[in-house]
Amino acid sequence: MPEPFDYSVVDAAIEKWGAKQSAIIAILQTIQEHYHYLPQEVFPRLSERLDMSEARIFSVATFYENFSLEKKGKYVIKFCDGTACHVRGSVPILERVRSELGVSENKKTTEDQLFTIETVSCLGACGLAPVMTVNDVVHPAMTPDKAMEVIYSLKVKEESK
Amino acid sequence: MIKAEFMYVDGIPVVINGEKNMLQLIRKTGVKLPTFCYHTDLSIYGACRMCMVEDEKGNLYTACSTPPKNGMSIKTNTARLRKYRKNILELLLANHCRDCTTCVNNKACKLQDLAVRFNIDGVRFPNSSEERRVTNSNSCITFDSGKCILCGDCVRTCSEVQNVGAIDFAYRGSKMVISTAFGKPLSESPCVGCGQCAVACPTGAIMPRSDIKRVWDAIADEKVKTVVQVAPAVRVAMGNMEGVKEGANVDGKIFAALRKMGFDEVYDTSFSADITVIEESKEFLERLKEGKNLPIITSCCPGWVQYCEKKHPGLLKNVSTCRSPMQMFASVIKEEREEKGKKLFHVAIMPCTAKKFEAERKEFMKNGIPNVDAVITSEEFTHMLREAGIMLSDLDPEPVDAPYDRKSGAGVIFGVTGGVTEAVLRNVVEEKSRSAVTKISQIGVRGNEGIKEFEVGNDESVVKVAVVSGLMNAEKVLRRVENGEKFDIIEVMACPGGCVSGGGQPFVHAEVRQKRGGGLYEADRLLSIRHSEENPAVKACYDRLLRGREHQLLHVEY
Amino acid sequence: MIFNSREALVEARARFKNAYDHQTRKIIVCGGTGCVAGGSLEIYETLKSLMEKKGINVSVTLEEEPHGEDEVGLKKSGCHGFCEMGPLVRIEPQGWLYTKVKVEDCREILHTTVIDGEYIDRLGYSSQGTLYKKQEEIPFYRQQNRVVLEHCGRIDADSIEEYIAIGGYASLEKALFEMSGDQIIEEVKKSILRGRGGGGFPTGKKWEQVKRAKGDQKYVVCNGDEGDPGAFMDRSIMEGDPHRMLEGMIIAGVAVGATEGYIYVRAEYPLAVKRLQRAIEEAERYGILGDDILGSGKSFRIHIAKGAGAFVCGEGSALTASIEGKRGFPRVKPPRTTEHGLFDSPTVLNNVETFATVSQIIGKGADWYLSIGTAGSPGTKAFALTGNITNTGLIEVPMGTTLRKIIFDIGGGMRGDGEFKAVQIGGPSGACLTKEHLDLPLDFDNLKKIGAMIGSGGLVVMDSHTCMVEVARFFMHFTQNESCGKCVPCREGTKRMLEILERIVSGNGVEGDIELLEELSDTISNTALCGLGKSAPNPVVSTIKYFRDEYVAHIRERRCPAGQCQKLKRLYIDPLLCKGCSACSRKCPVNAISGKIKEPFHIDLEKCIRCGSCISTCKFGAVKEA
Repeated sequence: MPEPFDYSVVDAAIEKWGAKQSAIIAILQTIQEHYHYLPQEVFPRLSERLDMSEARIFSVATFYENFSLEKKGKYVIKFCDGTACHVRGSVPILERVRSELGVSENKKTTEDQLFTIETVSCLGACGLAPVMTVNDVVHPAMTPDKAMEVIYSLKVKEESK
Repeated sequence: MIKAEFMYVDGIPVVINGEKNMLQLIRKTGVKLPTFCYHTDLSIYGACRMCMVEDEKGNLYTACSTPPKNGMSIKTNTARLRKYRKNILELLLANHCRDCTTCVNNKACKLQDLAVRFNIDGVRFPNSSEERRVTNSNSCITFDSGKCILCGDCVRTCSEVQNVGAIDFAYRGSKMVISTAFGKPLSESPCVGCGQCAVACPTGAIMPRSDIKRVWDAIADEKVKTVVQVAPAVRVAMGNMEGVKEGANVDGKIFAALRKMGFDEVYDTSFSADITVIEESKEFLERLKEGKNLPIITSCCPGWVQYCEKKHPGLLKNVSTCRSPMQMFASVIKEEREEKGKKLFHVAIMPCTAKKFEAERKEFMKNGIPNVDAVITSEEFTHMLREAGIMLSDLDPEPVDAPYDRKSGAGVIFGVTGGVTEAVLRNVVEEKSRSAVTKISQIGVRGNEGIKEFEVGNDESVVKVAVVSGLMNAEKVLRRVENGEKFDIIEVMACPGGCVSGGGQPFVHAEVRQKRGGGLYEADRLLSIRHSEENPAVKACYDRLLRGREHQLLHVEY
Repeated sequence: MIFNSREALVEARARFKNAYDHQTRKIIVCGGTGCVAGGSLEIYETLKSLMEKKGINVSVTLEEEPHGEDEVGLKKSGCHGFCEMGPLVRIEPQGWLYTKVKVEDCREILHTTVIDGEYIDRLGYSSQGTLYKKQEEIPFYRQQNRVVLEHCGRIDADSIEEYIAIGGYASLEKALFEMSGDQIIEEVKKSILRGRGGGGFPTGKKWEQVKRAKGDQKYVVCNGDEGDPGAFMDRSIMEGDPHRMLEGMIIAGVAVGATEGYIYVRAEYPLAVKRLQRAIEEAERYGILGDDILGSGKSFRIHIAKGAGAFVCGEGSALTASIEGKRGFPRVKPPRTTEHGLFDSPTVLNNVETFATVSQIIGKGADWYLSIGTAGSPGTKAFALTGNITNTGLIEVPMGTTLRKIIFDIGGGMRGDGEFKAVQIGGPSGACLTKEHLDLPLDFDNLKKIGAMIGSGGLVVMDSHTCMVEVARFFMHFTQNESCGKCVPCREGTKRMLEILERIVSGNGVEGDIELLEELSDTISNTALCGLGKSAPNPVVSTIKYFRDEYVAHIRERRCPAGQCQKLKRLYIDPLLCKGCSACSRKCPVNAISGKIKEPFHIDLEKCIRCGSCISTCKFGAVKEA
């Protein structure tokens, strides 16, 4: 028997934003802040409480880039591919990181659930291009080597635990 | 005097007469603007961009979403518009499975039709769509992503008209698809199988599941006895067959055709509809007497029954325990038409996709075998006719087989919204004259409105009735019931307009739907028996089989 | 404390100003996203603890009662704009700007500057041998005219007291107590303020439509969904001067009779969300937001709606759909947002910069505003200057400033050895401007004439090493990825355009591709449902217009004139230079290089993936690109 799903996070999110359809994005954001993704179990509960079909909630969740339906790694690393970063060479950095971690555009998270590699259209930190963020902390003026250094140091930190 | 407002369409002044959009106005001028996503019953979506028109300054407007404006002058067919429409069609076709000759919807497809109209003679782009998914995930509906043009008609129908919300758009941009939540099978979704999505679909992307092969196989097998029943709404929906007028009742020709196809016994569901009327009237009068489980809600429509199970389980106790006419007939046939040494195979021709699901429900099985072995829709029936080369219009009408060879007008009007209620009312009122029948028909039970409410009765007691069709309308009334409003009878048909516009019927516009309903009322008027309890074949059946076994054979608890 | 009358606010302002003036010295550390990434928060903390240890009278908040004599105010500001040189620290009253400051520099700043009042040369900005001590003297700043960005980098972005002290919310006072709704709208109309978010629709006209529209509930919505890659003006305002924007929104609400406001902010801007949230709480605390604002009887509330990652939500009807909890699908118009906007109610929808400008116009009057910029497009415009340019950053110039001035005077010219080739204005919806446009005064109408638009104001500078076909491909990739999918021309058309561009840059273009791109562009720009779809082909159209020969070279000669397209690079080994050492062959990841030791090696172009590792490996420069 699988453990029954704990709905307290979902219910608290509904409590916070109100049980209305217009609050669905904020509710999903709050849920994702907690789980770092949207567990499938939350959908029926939301559907019932907001009087909104599951298909519609799924529709909203898959429309917006920020929602993830899959578990993410402990470190979510985003590479900016905005114009400024692109012009200053963001693509080779991303390619290097992906190939070294064995992830791709479709498989974003490493086997050990440590890293999720994503791209983001623009972080608005164009002056620091190319930019990557690790759990929302901005790392400026990246190169392939610098990016790997950051990732490697996180790896070492995790392994020493 | 109010000065009329008008617009110039292709240089000709056209009076604006309350049209909500230019598209409606332009249609009045005899111009059929191309469109995929415009439906009068649905909200304006404006996404296919095919109905664009051009004004004098070269500005473009989508006719579906722009209100007519006094004095404005537009053209509907310019070189630019033709170019853009062709480009849009080419873009749609590029991603589309173009195996037209092997598509079930061949020659009934809007995309194909417009490709022909606009003379698309080549597609310059490769098909680079994501992997094609063909899903057959419940008993009623199949979905083929390779044929979907993402017009959203199904999504809007499912949520706006039916309040079901089984499907929606998922993902975005060129990755967008129509999907259930998490792409689960439809059978695990709120889908009730009504098939209105398939009706709305302009291409062959959403189609009712086909059972034609199983039926042909059974007919061909000499060890199998094939018995068929035909629902009332089917007989007025053969307008897409050569030589048959829209809405014309061709029941006798259908029976003749079925014999020609090789069915061993041919029956009319109107017969069992009469049994339903009798049973449901009894049940209603009992509940009224006891004041229990009111309102009684009709149970003929399997789409509605599933909707109630999934969304309002608390109201299941109000749903009549009567089986649907199809299932009542099936019980009788399985009891009485067995033949030694032969397997009995019972086929029902229905206007409905949800009946395919109903046929598979465990409640309607005998020793693990469904009472109805196969349900085919009217649409599938027309395919079988064509396959067999049978020209419906050339056939001489024939009657159905004994012993179920009589019907009342009450049993025929089941196919239109309000029909069940009207039939039951004829049964429960004391006066049985023709004028009483006419009086009932004028009480507010007829007509195409989605929600009809009226009261019947005398000084002593008044019965409050609601007749709804379309599940969004049903939802509105059910909420009122749940809020404590008093009703005594509620008739619910899942499809807007009732079975005449069922998910299994050949697609037609609203006007034709009315013609179909008219065809049924006309058939009722011409019949000598108007009251179900007067049907001698039904009486005989009660004497022979049913009396004392009503509960076992005619009722069910969901 | 609630200010329940105008007088209460005026009195408080006097007290705050007194306290502000009392801080005779101020150290302002940039707290914009860029400088924070460079470590400015650590610098702030270090300076704070060093000063405290030293017993300096340092205060980090503005309080009504000044503490003692010789107070030093230490502040975290919003973005100064000069991100290239960050982290930045400004010293007042001298107006000095220290650039590229590190934590290690804090001790010296304390001793030399705070205590001794001396300038530290090595932290100053110098260019071409000249040291610029004062921020205003630096060419990057000198040529700007900061109206909207006036406070960014000058004040503590988290302090409503400081905003009030320097005159903040005085425009609101005027709007509440001296003007009627119609008068406010008249003033905005008179200023000819045009929306800063893209189309340039007259703001006053929009407000008038909302005011006239029937509806019990009206809304004011601020579009902070700055999705253009390469634009961050709005982010800087939200982070650096949030109250200025709130003030503009409240004025709009008062003018049109709306009581509810929403700010739609990109989720990628967490700092902006935080600062706005705090600003709203502070304004509520003082009774500047909420019921009965300053005792005027008028009410206004502001909510934050966080975006969830969809560029299309920058489009008005998609944005309101998103606030309503729906997919960000734009809808067909009519009806207009001004009549049926958010929750189907009349809605004022403007962007961040527009609202921030409004409070200035009400405060200083339309005539003042009309004195800046050009006749058809008065005022200033903020631009994000990025790409291959020396001074990346956020700038603000009067409308009508030429591209030449922006790029060469303010931007400091090209970075590296490349020559100026083009600038992409307006992001993925915009177009490229070339050498021939360098002296074109930039305003709404001039740009429209040449088929471009200001958009939200991203300026990406490209040099001779940038391939324009690749630029077009980049933007098309972006738009295609961000297409909502609703209408056919955008969903299917951009996908096809991207496919064609991809094959061109990878050397597989065919004759007719340029014409096919043009045909699709024509269809999409005329038939797409929303503004974003309609403008999606712009980068392609303008690059074909000005750089058609580059497209032709890719297709006919399989050659990238800028030398940027990886797949068109042809590597070969010069047999005269090759020593046959095999180093390149050992390094090649795909075994494309073969040969005999001590004889010239050879690259198999079928296998070669143009990674360039052989070039960097060869000590003799024998591997060359053709």
